[in-house]
Order: sequence, then structure tokens, then C-alpha cells
Amino acid sequence: MIRILRSGPLNTIQDLGRAEGRRWGVSRAGAMDPVALRTANALLGQEAGEAAIEVAIFPFELRFETDCAVAVTGAGAASLDGRAMPANWAVRASAGQTLTLDQGPRGAFSYVAFAGGLDVPERLGSRATDLKGSFGGAGGKGLSTGQTLALRPSVQESGVPVEGYGVSFSALPARRMGVHGETRVRAIAAAEWGAFTDEAQRIFEGSIWTVSREVNRTGYRLSGPSLGMRMPLELLSHGLVPGVVQVPPSGQPIVQMADANTAGGYPKIATVITADLWALAQARSGEAVSFELVSWEEAIGAARELDRRLQDIDNALRAARERLQAAR
Amino acid sequence: MNGEAPRPHSQEARISLLGCEAVLFDVGEARFDDLLQRRVWAACEAAAALDGVREAIPGMNNFSVSFDSGRWNPDAIASALRGIWAKVEPAAESGRTFEAPTIYGGPAGDELAELAVRIHLSIEETVRLHADREYVVAAIGAMPGFPYLAGLDPRLSWPRHASPRPRVAAGVVMVGGAQTGVMPCEAPTGWHCLGHTSLVLFDPERDPPALLAPGDRLRFIVEDIRL
Repeated sequence: MIRILRSGPLNTIQDLGRAEGRRWGVSRAGAMDPVALRTANALLGQEAGEAAIEVAIFPFELRFETDCAVAVTGAGAASLDGRAMPANWAVRASAGQTLTLDQGPRGAFSYVAFAGGLDVPERLGSRATDLKGSFGGAGGKGLSTGQTLALRPSVQESGVPVEGYGVSFSALPARRMGVHGETRVRAIAAAEWGAFTDEAQRIFEGSIWTVSREVNRTGYRLSGPSLGMRMPLELLSHGLVPGVVQVPPSGQPIVQMADANTAGGYPKIATVITADLWALAQARSGEAVSFELVSWEEAIGAARELDRRLQDIDNALRAARERLQAAR
Repeated sequence: MNGEAPRPHSQEARISLLGCEAVLFDVGEARFDDLLQRRVWAACEAAAALDGVREAIPGMNNFSVSFDSGRWNPDAIASALRGIWAKVEPAAESGRTFEAPTIYGGPAGDELAELAVRIHLSIEETVRLHADREYVVAAIGAMPGFPYLAGLDPRLSWPRHASPRPRVAAGVVMVGGAQTGVMPCEAPTGWHCLGHTSLVLFDPERDPPALLAPGDRLRFIVEDIRL
């Protein structure tokens, strides 16, 4: 069991989300940065989609009530009983120890995964918290101070070495950076691309966009030059997926994120590709972002490349655990 | 995606990518039409049965299909969907009928008076235009259990807000563009608020969790009109 000592309402339990809730209007939900979630679970040698705590509000603090291997990935700077942990690191924590996450130099979300996983019930096929529908995770809400969470017993020994181990930044998928240091995300043209003016099409790709303060798990509103349409368009509601870049009449784009509405009516200029959406999710308010249009083939290639990278990390960590165990 | 199959129907369908693993099939008709929507439901059912298709979800005059990119590429799925659309017959009329007891106006329906002024009708006449009819659930989406209801009197049509209102409560009855709907949970929306119903549209403990499904019918029952 763990006890939450400090938290904000936007720290939630997340896994890889609900694959098939769209027929009921249920968002996918799941980790904003699935790359970091998968890395945390790989460090513990467990299923990639095991539920973990997604930390969006720092500082976040918990106390272990039982011994448990724990992995921390993503944005925050973690320490165990005041001793700093390297980034993307797993350790065996003992009952009574306190894990603290402070805001790190970069990124918006951290993930804290536990060997065995969090013992919360599945709802509609996932343990992810759906903040909109108020279900999943721990009672459909963010974690609050004083709350306790049960852990499922580890099926097998996690193999995490006593001294801890981790993944180096160079081994992890990196965000793509543009010439101005901005996070560069690839996108595929969407249904209304051609309905935007030539100038809007040019500035969509050619501008540096700023992540506004209006960001949440549903969408990131970006600010920059206004994207105009050849003529105003009032569309009937249609399906959306995470990554869709909508342009409301204000002309300022909104990127649908993990809790994307399953349908909407604003014109869509593009869709951020799956392989880059995690990097956009990790961009904080005030940070710069730019778009690069790619073909479907490039998008699929990027998705497969990302999967390969994560598989390589998983394999390397498994080999490292076996080596360490053999040496013992 | 440009391989054009012969189409026995006048509208030209538009197929676009929705990211890497989904397409949006827009039947190419700007006006919502009940018979057309019943073809959309039938096409969804046929598309969902294709090998390597994960989900086919109806929108309004459109549907989206998510597919396995190892099995389908955009051209192949587009031509498969065009083939389905060319042949599909409207789904038979089916579905259940629900009643939504509604309090029009009041704090939850704070745009009712503005709508009445906008369309030069009294508040009572505006409410009657909204309540005195049966709506068809054309699609479920946007939010958990949210029904897109067809059958709104065109006089009540009202373009959405340029920027969404940050928080609207569950149960709020709204219009947005040419559509009407009920808020299933507290969330932001660009639609206009006309009233409030006690009908619970979404419950994750229920199976299925959404009360309504495409093809169902909904009638708003006037419980009260408040100013």
C-alpha cells in the first residue's frame, strides 16, 4: 500500500487507455506521455500498459506502507527519503520511505509505476482515470492528500537491483527539435486542410506556436497568428482522435490530447502523428512548438520506429536484470 | 485515395485521414437527413465487420473507421468503404423511445431568453419549438453518452460560440449549429444552454454505460419554464 502525502487534483492514475469506448462517446484517456509510462513499466519488467500515477502537479509526495519496487520516468526530479534519484530510474523502496517528485527542468508529466501495479478496478476495459466521465482510476478523480492506494502483489520478483538502475536519456526516444529550439511535431493533413487559405496553410507549417495557458488532458490550445478559412465552415459533428488539430472560429488551433473528445464540429487542419504526440504533451505552457506535414507512410514509419525503440529498451533492461541477477 | 468507384448516388463522398489509423468518411451532404443517416448506421455495421477494422462509429452524415495499419493502407480502406457505401441500404427503423423531463430557462438554461429574442418568438413559443417533437439519436460522441439529436426545428439553429464556455453542468439541454443535445457530464462546450433535464445519460457502472444508442428516440417533456 502507498499513502499520498502531497498531490494536486490533476495527478491521476493512468494506463494506455480505453481502446474501444468511442461507441459510447468515451475518450481513450491513458497516459499523456505513453512513452514515459511504457519506460516506467519496462524498468519494472512488467506489462507496458500497467497502471501508474501520472503526475502533472508538483511537488508530489507519497509514502510506501509496504516494500515495493518503484520506477519514475518523465518530467519530474525524484528523490527517495531526500536522496536524489537519477532520471528514468527504478529502485526497491522499503516500507516507511518517502518518494518526492519536484518539477524538473523540462516536461509536464511524470510517471510513478509500481511493481505489480496499482490495485484499482478496471472500468470499461482500463484502469485509466476518465476525468470527464468521473470514472476509472481511483474513483474517477485525481489523487488527494491522505489517500491510500493498494498495490497488487508482484506476480514475479521484479528483478530491480537493490542499488537501483535506469535508462540513459540517450537511449530514450527524444523530442524532435526545430531550429529555434522548439518542439517540432509531425502531422498529417486532415479533412479541412484545403478549406484554409493558402496563407493559413503556409503559417500553420511556417510559424512558431506557443503552448497557451489553456492546456489540459483534453486539449492544448496554441497561440500564434490566426488561421483563416476560405469561407466560414459550420460542420456537422464528426469523429475525432487524439492528435487532431481543430481550428475554432478564433483561428487559434486546439490539439486534441489523450482525453480527446470522440466527436466535434470545428474544422480540422491536421492530425499530430502518434509518434510525436507524447512530445507535444510534455511541452509546458509558454513553450514553442512547430508543425511539419508528413505523408501517411512517414507517419506509419515513425510509429513503427518508436515501437522498435521502446522494444529495444525493454530488451536491454531485461538483459541488464538477468546480468545483475547472475552476478549476484 | 483517389480511386473512384462508380457511385449510384448523387453526393460525392469525401474520405480523409484522421491520423495514421483512422479515416473519416463524409457522405458529402451538408443537410442532415434521416434516411441518409440510416445508411450511415448500416455502413458502420458493414465496415466494423471488415477484417482489420477496429471500430466504425457514426457521426452526423459521416462515420469514422479506425483500422489496423498493418492490414490496411488509406487507399485500400477508402475503396473498401466506397464499395460499402455504394451498396448499403438504410438500416431498418428501430430503437427505443426515451423521455427527458426538462426545466427550460433558469440558471442552467441561461441562453433561452437570448435565443427567443434572436428568433423573434416568445420564450414559450421557443420552448414549444424545442419540446414538441421527437428527436432521433443520430450519433453518440464528443463526451461519454452524449447524443447528437436530429430533428431540431431550423429556426432554433444557432452557430456555436467562437470559444467554448469553460464549464457546463451535466443534464443541460443545448443547441449548437443545427443540432440539439444534452450534456452528459460537466464539461466545456461551444453550444448554447436552454434548460436542464434529470435524465442520466451516462453511468460507467451500467452496461452499456451510455443510456442512448444511435436509432433511439428522445422527447423533451416541459416540466417548467423559468426566467
